[in-house]
Amino acid sequence: MINSSLKQLGNMLHAKKISSVELTQTFLDRIQQYNPNINAYISLDESKALAQAKAADARIAAGNVVPLTGIPIAQKDIFCAKGWQTTCGSKMLTNFIAPYDAHIITQFDTVGAVNLGKTNMDEFAMGSSNETSYFGGVKNPWSLDRVPGGSSGGSAAAVAARLCAAATGTDTGGSIRQPASLCGFTGLKPTYGTVSRYGMIAFASSLDQAGPMAKSAEDCALMMNVMAGFDERDSTSLNREKEDYTRDLYSSNSAKPLQGLKVGLPKEYFSEGLDASVGKVIEAAIAEYKKLGAEIVDISLPNTGLSIPVYYVLAPAEASSNLSRYDGVRYGHRAAEYTDLMDMYNKSRAEGFGAEVKRRILIGTYVLSAGYYDAYYLKAQQIRRLIAQDFVEAFKKCDVIMGPAAPSTAFKAGEKVDDPVAMYLQDIYTISTNLAGLPGMSIPAGFALSDDGVSLPVGLQIIGNYFDEARMLNVAHQYQQVTDWHTRMPAGLE
Amino acid sequence: MEWEVVIGLETHTQLKTNTKIFSGASIKYGAEPNTQACEVSIALPGVLPVLNKEAVQCAIKFGLAINAHIAPRSVFARKNYFYPDLPKGYQISQFELPVVGKGAITIQVPAAGKNAAYEKVVNITRAHLEEDAGKSVHGAVEGMSGIDLNRAGTPLLEIVTEPDMRSAVEAVAYAKKLHELVQWIGICDGNMQEGSFRCDVNVSVRPKGTEKLGTRREIKNLNSFKFMQQAIEYETRWQIETLEDGGTIQQATVLFNPDTGETRAMRSKEEANDYRYFPDPDLLPLVISEEDKEAVKAQMPELPEAMKARFETQYGLSNYDANALTTSQDLANYFTATVDAGADAKQAANWVMGVLAAKLNAADTSISDTPINAQQLAQLLKRIGDNTISNNAAKLVFEALWNAEGSVDDIIAAKGLKQESDSGAIEAIIDEVLAANTAMVEEFKAGKEKAFNALVGQAMKASKGKANPAQVNEILKKKLS
Repeated sequence: MINSSLKQLGNMLHAKKISSVELTQTFLDRIQQYNPNINAYISLDESKALAQAKAADARIAAGNVVPLTGIPIAQKDIFCAKGWQTTCGSKMLTNFIAPYDAHIITQFDTVGAVNLGKTNMDEFAMGSSNETSYFGGVKNPWSLDRVPGGSSGGSAAAVAARLCAAATGTDTGGSIRQPASLCGFTGLKPTYGTVSRYGMIAFASSLDQAGPMAKSAEDCALMMNVMAGFDERDSTSLNREKEDYTRDLYSSNSAKPLQGLKVGLPKEYFSEGLDASVGKVIEAAIAEYKKLGAEIVDISLPNTGLSIPVYYVLAPAEASSNLSRYDGVRYGHRAAEYTDLMDMYNKSRAEGFGAEVKRRILIGTYVLSAGYYDAYYLKAQQIRRLIAQDFVEAFKKCDVIMGPAAPSTAFKAGEKVDDPVAMYLQDIYTISTNLAGLPGMSIPAGFALSDDGVSLPVGLQIIGNYFDEARMLNVAHQYQQVTDWHTRMPAGLE
Repeated sequence: MEWEVVIGLETHTQLKTNTKIFSGASIKYGAEPNTQACEVSIALPGVLPVLNKEAVQCAIKFGLAINAHIAPRSVFARKNYFYPDLPKGYQISQFELPVVGKGAITIQVPAAGKNAAYEKVVNITRAHLEEDAGKSVHGAVEGMSGIDLNRAGTPLLEIVTEPDMRSAVEAVAYAKKLHELVQWIGICDGNMQEGSFRCDVNVSVRPKGTEKLGTRREIKNLNSFKFMQQAIEYETRWQIETLEDGGTIQQATVLFNPDTGETRAMRSKEEANDYRYFPDPDLLPLVISEEDKEAVKAQMPELPEAMKARFETQYGLSNYDANALTTSQDLANYFTATVDAGADAKQAANWVMGVLAAKLNAADTSISDTPINAQQLAQLLKRIGDNTISNNAAKLVFEALWNAEGSVDDIIAAKGLKQESDSGAIEAIIDEVLAANTAMVEEFKAGKEKAFNALVGQAMKASKGKANPAQVNEILKKKLS
């Protein structure tokens, strides 16, 4: 049951073969058993979850059923959920109980999904290993001494270890796709503006985008049907007609269901910096796509190398301003003792934020300062447009772009914490799409052996053009019809 | 050395919208603290701003009223600084690309001599939309400071002038004109006590005849025209004295203390914030189309300048009268309603700006709350015009109308103010007066003109004020010739 797809679970619930309470209890039991070791969740509330499950069962009994009614979902702790502690992985918000629901929380409530709990994450989504969380690191279910990736590390581990049916994440520079790659599941970052940011705690507003983290492309499509859609409370939310993201998914009798699909391989994604073992898995996946009928096109994204420096100007700039509201005045952490207002600010923020968050606030404050703004922020915005233009050119030659989602498999906890630049390079293949606002996903593509002989998952990244999520999901879905990487489970968690 | 003062103003006008500029919370004044602070006002984690279209319409109205360039695309920026009443740690404002660009306002500056004034054009640099901060409340709780976020997010239009003004009088004339204009076009209630209209004044001095601007000091948050005048005059004197004593002016922000009449620096440039402005990524650029402008234009009232010109041509009023009657829409409406009800335009202008204005002033009330409506005043003026009552009697009727003692004609009847126009009766009275005041008659005949007026006065008194003064004059003249 824990390995079933959302569609299968839905069918079982609707046919009353199981109840939502039973399903929810199953996951709660697994969480109780495995979470103390994995640390995927920050907040759990069994009674709340079971009450929602009970309500879902009543709804099912009344025949008022839609996909995901009664399905237990994990929510990244970046989304405000009324009555839930909502920490964003920070000491700063340890005492914050959200008094309102984020847009997507309301969306899941509306379909009658069950909120199992709030998942661990890098502090304010700043990190690629989940090690910046105030609530401790998360363990990669495939190898417990390794990181799950980040910043959506808790959701990633929860999906991989089957501690939820599916989860939500957010992706500012790769925070859905890199953990999906490192933990071996399917994660989608939609086009910027597709999922409302209302109630999602801001890191870098022009880059932040929520998306689904689930076992398969089909599951992600069902999650997207709930999460996506216009919300007038978010001015950057796109007012487009509601889409059915499952519409392009089909079972084909043809041996070449992707006949005619042009897949672009950017040479910059297969150069120095990519682990050879990861490269091999990606090549095998591309070979599989050829078998499915895809045509391979060589392309170039010449400004890829600039994406990390540009990102580490823009994202910290926005973050430095977004995080100014955590001042100890109205909510959140306030120092116990202080002499005056300035001292209260200084102490509260010094105590409330961790090192990585402080580093980014400092960088952001610096690049926005008088005399530096033009050289850093403005220049970075100009290069951001060049990076987006790279993709415009590329999509003239191909339908989707493929490559690795992360340069390596999961690394050991502690390995990169003292080397921020090495950590930042984890997002080398994912950041450009955030800068361009494009959709990207990572799907399980196989396993690579680590230096110490552990078999670890590798993700294939699929980047699409704006609003092309439905096609991307089908491109992933067809691969998942002929491979079983996405059904594999870490050992010892059965 | 002769000095010249150079003044520019930045005015924060609170816009008359129903809700805050970036949220649906009410902006009503005077509510219990934090009862109008929604999740956006408090800046909870995860909340986002959504621009209030009403505020944009107010900005367009203002741009149209001052004949300014209205930006087809303007950008909201974050002004970053920490203060407890600034919940997000930044204020959403406009920086590089404001919604309203260059425009101009023509002002009448009072000059020496009764009814004397000269005209001056004050150039507007820009006007931009922004949100107000909350308020720090000290002393409500012993030993603590409170924060009231009801005002946080209230829409403001900040209107910035060029340094075009050369005296405190010009600055005040501009501020008053702007105050009238924003109320006229309905974008601000103009309530200065409640902070709906607040002026920051930049003052610098330079040797007369030189071009280079002196170092300025900014007088913050003036909320009365009287204080503005006092503050600028004090600041100007202080700067001149400082320079003449060999000192230099440091750029600074100063506050005016109405009790001492002095300005005092609150922070110098060195302590000034680096606001780290950057475009707000939560808001799209504000796009205003020609259609948007046309739609607002269609709702615009006739502007004071146009109405003034019309009053001069249509009613034959003097420039001074037309100007005075168009200082507020209520006043202008009252005047036109009086004329429309049948009153003579010039007479109506005189009464509205004379007797009525004086009475309103004495009673500390405004034209919108006058107990005498335009129809009543028109009726009163008609009774002067048709010789039913004298001008003096009319003032008595006016008083009675003010006290709601009845209609014009009822009051005239009740008080017996109907003027005596029967020449026979008036002649009889005059004969009696002449007989009783032979000394005066002699004085007049000896060339003392004043004696004539005294005789008129005696005749009026004898008629208990009811005789038609014109007839009294006429008959008396005849009898004495």
